[in-house]
Amino acid sequence: METMSALQGLLGGVLIGLSATFLMGLLGRIAGISGILSGLIFERGGDRPWRLAFLLGLVSGPGLLMLSGLDWGNVAGDSGATIGAPASGLTTMLVAGLLVGLGTGLGSGCTSGHGVCGLARLSLRSMAATLVFVLVAMLTVFVARHLLGGSA
Amino acid sequence: MKALAGYLAGLLFGLGLAISGMTDPARVIGFLDVAGDWDPTLVFVLGGAVITTFIGYRLVWRRQTPLFESRFQQPTRRDLYTRLLGGAALFGIGWGLSGYCPGPAVASLPGLSWPLAAFLVAMIAGWWLSRRIRPSQ
Repeated sequence: METMSALQGLLGGVLIGLSATFLMGLLGRIAGISGILSGLIFERGGDRPWRLAFLLGLVSGPGLLMLSGLDWGNVAGDSGATIGAPASGLTTMLVAGLLVGLGTGLGSGCTSGHGVCGLARLSLRSMAATLVFVLVAMLTVFVARHLLGGSA
Repeated sequence: MKALAGYLAGLLFGLGLAISGMTDPARVIGFLDVAGDWDPTLVFVLGGAVITTFIGYRLVWRRQTPLFESRFQQPTRRDLYTRLLGGAALFGIGWGLSGYCPGPAVASLPGLSWPLAAFLVAMIAGWWLSRRIRPSQ
């Protein structure tokens, strides 16, 4: 069901865009997940309550879908599921997690901050960052899947 | 009110990720795997999100200030630093290996598994490390 996947993707994207719009309109902030969450963990001050609330909301979105039993997830392998299975084992995930944390920390943003909010702001820095992480991720998958033949 | 605004934004974001399929690493890797059976879903997600945000931002910026704060806070730097692009490249490797970027990884907590837990702990360690290398702006 490619059309259905595309429509659900579009709908989900619009919801993410509404989230970013609300965060800017209400609190004046960029909806960058890596910034919000690393700030929640490593910074003190007045931003902690809304950042914590954002985290709870982020987790409760898929959580509510799972609890309600609605068939709204768009998971490739299992159309009834909301959340997909991890793509690799523990060792790969430890390396990947470290690189994602380090990279989004140094690069000041991830798919949401640079990819969604940055592109919508027409920021050149975000366009460059998005281009780099998408191309490097594609290259990584190519090497892992097609050259090394791994499961990543 | 600020906490409620944060919760509402987080909830919409989490619902958006799950409905669009971005909480499934297989879908994300399917998009990144351009030499394999390419899955275009992520293009629709990013397109829908960027267009909505583009219009939404222009609407809310008509006001002088956000509703619950005194000013809009936006990145002001214009330069392209090695750190920005080097960081983006490191992130790209991790994203390609796992199919997780920070949002979907955290939003997938209701379906926690050992690999996901390992990813999240390592990601937080990576954030800590990046703050040691680059003291917060």
